[in-house]
Amino acid sequence: MARQLSRRKFMVYSLAASTLTLAAPVGCDTSSAEGVEPTAAEAHGTSRVLVTGADEEMLVLEVTAANKVVVRLPRVEVGQGITTAVAMMIAEELDARLVDVDIPLAEARTKGNQYTGGSSSVRSLYGPARALAATARARLVTAAARRWHLPARSLRTRDTMVVAPDGRTATFGSLTTAAARIHRPAVSSKPKPASEHKVIGRPTGRIDARDIVTGKAKYAGDLEVAGAKPTVVARPPTLGGRLVSVDDRAARAMPGVHAVVKVAGGVAVVAESFHHAFQARDALRITWRPGPLASLSDAAIRSRLRAAVPSVGAPPRGSAQVEGEFEFAFVSHAPMEVLTAVADVRADRAEIWFSSQTPMDARESIAAAIGLPKPKVRVHVVRGGGSFGRRLNYDAAIEAALISKAARRPVKLMWSRGDDIRHGRMRGASHHRIRASHARGRVVAFSHAMASVSESYERQGLAVQGGVSTVAAGPLPSDSGLYNFGRISGSSGSVELAMPLGAWRSVDSGTMRTAEEIVVDEVAAELGMDPVVFRRGTLRNKAVKAVLDKVATAGHWGRPLPSGQAQGVAVHEEYGSCVACLVEIDATDPKNPRVTKVVMAADVGTAVNPRGLEAQLMGTAVDGISTVLRAGLHIDRGAVREGSFADFRYARQQHSPLRFEAHILPSRREPGGAGELGVPAAAGAVANAYARATRTKPRRFPINF
Amino acid sequence: MPSYSFVLNGKPVTVEAPADMPLLWVLRDLLHVTGPKYGCGVGVCRACTSHLDGAEIQPCVVPVADCVGRGVTTIEGLADGDTLHPVQQAWLDCDVAQCGFCQPGQIMAAAALLKKTSRPTDDDIDRIENVCRCGTYSRIREAIKKASAADHVTRPGQSHT
Repeated sequence: MARQLSRRKFMVYSLAASTLTLAAPVGCDTSSAEGVEPTAAEAHGTSRVLVTGADEEMLVLEVTAANKVVVRLPRVEVGQGITTAVAMMIAEELDARLVDVDIPLAEARTKGNQYTGGSSSVRSLYGPARALAATARARLVTAAARRWHLPARSLRTRDTMVVAPDGRTATFGSLTTAAARIHRPAVSSKPKPASEHKVIGRPTGRIDARDIVTGKAKYAGDLEVAGAKPTVVARPPTLGGRLVSVDDRAARAMPGVHAVVKVAGGVAVVAESFHHAFQARDALRITWRPGPLASLSDAAIRSRLRAAVPSVGAPPRGSAQVEGEFEFAFVSHAPMEVLTAVADVRADRAEIWFSSQTPMDARESIAAAIGLPKPKVRVHVVRGGGSFGRRLNYDAAIEAALISKAARRPVKLMWSRGDDIRHGRMRGASHHRIRASHARGRVVAFSHAMASVSESYERQGLAVQGGVSTVAAGPLPSDSGLYNFGRISGSSGSVELAMPLGAWRSVDSGTMRTAEEIVVDEVAAELGMDPVVFRRGTLRNKAVKAVLDKVATAGHWGRPLPSGQAQGVAVHEEYGSCVACLVEIDATDPKNPRVTKVVMAADVGTAVNPRGLEAQLMGTAVDGISTVLRAGLHIDRGAVREGSFADFRYARQQHSPLRFEAHILPSRREPGGAGELGVPAAAGAVANAYARATRTKPRRFPINF
Repeated sequence: MPSYSFVLNGKPVTVEAPADMPLLWVLRDLLHVTGPKYGCGVGVCRACTSHLDGAEIQPCVVPVADCVGRGVTTIEGLADGDTLHPVQQAWLDCDVAQCGFCQPGQIMAAAALLKKTSRPTDDDIDRIENVCRCGTYSRIREAIKKASAADHVTRPGQSHT
């Protein structure tokens, strides 16, 4: 594995409260316990009582008198299943019933780790969540032992209760007040060894599934905030287009219209319903000045990218070359729930409700934008209807706050789907030049040079719209040395354009590693080797070979298929995890190929919820199908051509595999990342299957665009 | 403003609205029934899918005037009290949802399909056009097949029609 997380000891603190309330710093952030003296927490979990506000940066667990275990999570739930995974960790160590564990989302804090991204949530929470719950359990058991005058070691816990040898029971809720006063528990507060896990590792349905299937799950647009009226924004036809003038007389005269205000991105209409708001928006007579890219279209962007790719240098003397150039189009995040934010900005305070992966940054930016001190701005984090990286940026929240301030009333701002697709954000287009040099039947050098569009901030107002920088680019994925390919080199260039871009699930790996996996197949073909055999012989890591072997066996690699159909395979390693994907495609009609079957295998260390992990892999398979075969954005004269799911052709049921299997390899390592892991392997396998079925060398993605 | 009466999830309702106001906004903004979701407003993503007299509709493109005197069922009206509709139960059993945003529409589309075709084929299921950006399609397929195996899918009155 690329990285093995160390088995750290996690500090647990008591909070002064009448019910048992404990706090632990969140992992992956060494500064999170700043200002606190972590001196205690020894074998028996003696802990300090915090009297400062430091709990606000920690993971806090409370056992309520109503027998609920509440953990306010400094992460956002956007479908990845983090609330369920954390509930499972808590239930495991407390021996609580899963239904008694509540995981509300914490509002924006001022310090600590409140970042959802980089497939880091389970990794950062696995230690502290279990330490918290194990400490709570020890206190509750001790409280019961005192009540019953029994040795603490004789007591057991199950189903959110402490159980005595004679069968007496006490709910955690009935013990919480007494447990709050216990600081030296009489039993161990160490988390269980993995061999005793009964919840972690058991395939478990989402804790919010019933709310979802009954329509009760609330997203930002479903919230009832007093007086917050539906709001939409008229936006320019081109990216970064500017308002010259607006005649809003007709719009203002329409029934149900409350306010019309100018904002950086266009003209906002606040109305009685979204129907009224859209109608008034369309009645605005606006003159726009074209944006800075108005003379730019795809062809020019592609040639500028090609020119920006650094040279790959000279190949080793005496080697033969397998080379390819690959192009990936812009891709919309297009979460099902369009950006929506409720904002109530007053003269002296503000409250905002929206779904954010970066609420702390959002809070700071919103405060600056509306001219209030940060402590006067509350940001409530709401579950999101998908994200795929889109909610790292908080464009809509800043816009909503500015509209609320200008209109002097609470607003419920919604971007239309057209706004979402035409005004971003997008995965930047990229161009890749890859060369594998081989001699005497093996690869002796592997070079990958690329260029991608990066966002320039010359366009005033973009930063105001929540243009946080995307996740810092790491070294090229090929640098990780996935394969034994001799001398490995990578370099990247960029074309800066004033376009709203954003990190898209799996970030650079989604294009780079996809292209590399295609080249791996082409090298194997050049050497006359089977793609699976070739990979097995050149992969460095045993764990990656194991996931590859798993899909090859489970997916019956090499089984005969009719002409026009083929299998394809690819692997990927990242976030301390690895994955393989085997795809079967029917490309009898190359313009309308159907992926018929997908088999994936993953090793993510401890899989907290295998059912949730399988769901994440399933989603990445559909991402692979969509981005390789169907879905992208065109830029025509500075504007995005697509405007809905009618033309941004993300896969539907008829494009998804008839059979999907995921195999989770057993592991007792600490968890690795999983949410983004599958994208490059799935995309690579789809491309390789298509290539084999059609006997072509796909170079531009999506293929049918 | 004209007023329109229809039956929503088994209960009569009357709203004052412009005749061309899409049912979606009548439901969400006037009646505060938020199960049907906005995803495109032009009938292509189908996140708002609901039933009109038991048949599938996309409320974002159906004017409220077209609903007068008829029965509208949203995801909120699909279950029989605390007893989930077999499609909802299958969704739980298969743990279909991820972000959940498209799922009310997916469930209503599946329920409408099963009403027409109690044993849908893969081709029938492929014709469901609802977009799921999380890519839950394989579990949707599995859940529809599971629900179709349940006996009482076509029990009368399921859609309060």
